[in-house]
Amino acid sequence: MADNKPLEVQEKKELVGKGEKTVPARYYMPNTDIRETEDALLVVMEVPGVDRKNIDIKVEEDTLSIEARIDTATYEGMEPLYTEYNVGHFARQFALSHMIDQQQIGAALNDGVLTLTLKKVQQAKPRRIEIS
Amino acid sequence: MALYYSDPFETLFQFQNTLDQLRSSNWLQTSPSGGGSYPPMNVFRQGEDIVLVIEVPGVRKEDLNIEAKGNTIRIAGSKTIDQGGQASVHRVERRGGRFDRAVTLPIEVDADRIKAECRDGILALHLPRAERDKPRAISIA
Repeated sequence: MADNKPLEVQEKKELVGKGEKTVPARYYMPNTDIRETEDALLVVMEVPGVDRKNIDIKVEEDTLSIEARIDTATYEGMEPLYTEYNVGHFARQFALSHMIDQQQIGAALNDGVLTLTLKKVQQAKPRRIEIS
Repeated sequence: MALYYSDPFETLFQFQNTLDQLRSSNWLQTSPSGGGSYPPMNVFRQGEDIVLVIEVPGVRKEDLNIEAKGNTIRIAGSKTIDQGGQASVHRVERRGGRFDRAVTLPIEVDADRIKAECRDGILALHLPRAERDKPRAISIA
């Protein structure tokens, strides 16, 4: 990625999920990159302002759900004067294919970026077939 | 934005994007900042001080450059997105690039006491109001 091009202004997208949340606060959809390497699928999502202990990653019925909650206590006693974005929790779901080994999902959080490593099952890895 | 003439099609496309961005920005309207592209910022007041909160997920501390002069704060930096070489890409939503922004505040700031904090992709700048700029209560004799 060229480093010297200007950063684009990205509007935060509100979550339009299938299941509605039971709490009234607004949720946002984290910007996500998905890349595939030879043995894993990498899901990289931006969750600024979220501490690692406030992230829930669940796998249920072939659905990977991620919920990341911000800490509203940091905004206590602060009066907004000028705003360009809204704050809220983040949530997003992905349907997992059978290529993914659901027992082996790794997660790491770095500078507000959550990286999930979804290992592929053995059969799904590309194999080179030799001609005998 | 400087134009690069290596590829005329790419140049035009970039130029169109730049103009589009400026058209949608509110540079000439009253706002505390200049135009250009930047990570989104919120400004809060905490007591007498001003707090700038900027969302910078994926930006390392080393890649941020913050300067203060008078009541203008400059926030510059770059966001690199590592697409991991040979990986095939399914979905790309995150955007990288460099940004440079100057924010002029309506109050005078004590530059020596500015505190910057960058945690979990949030940059917070605590800008204390200069002692000499604080309003004084005047008692009625």
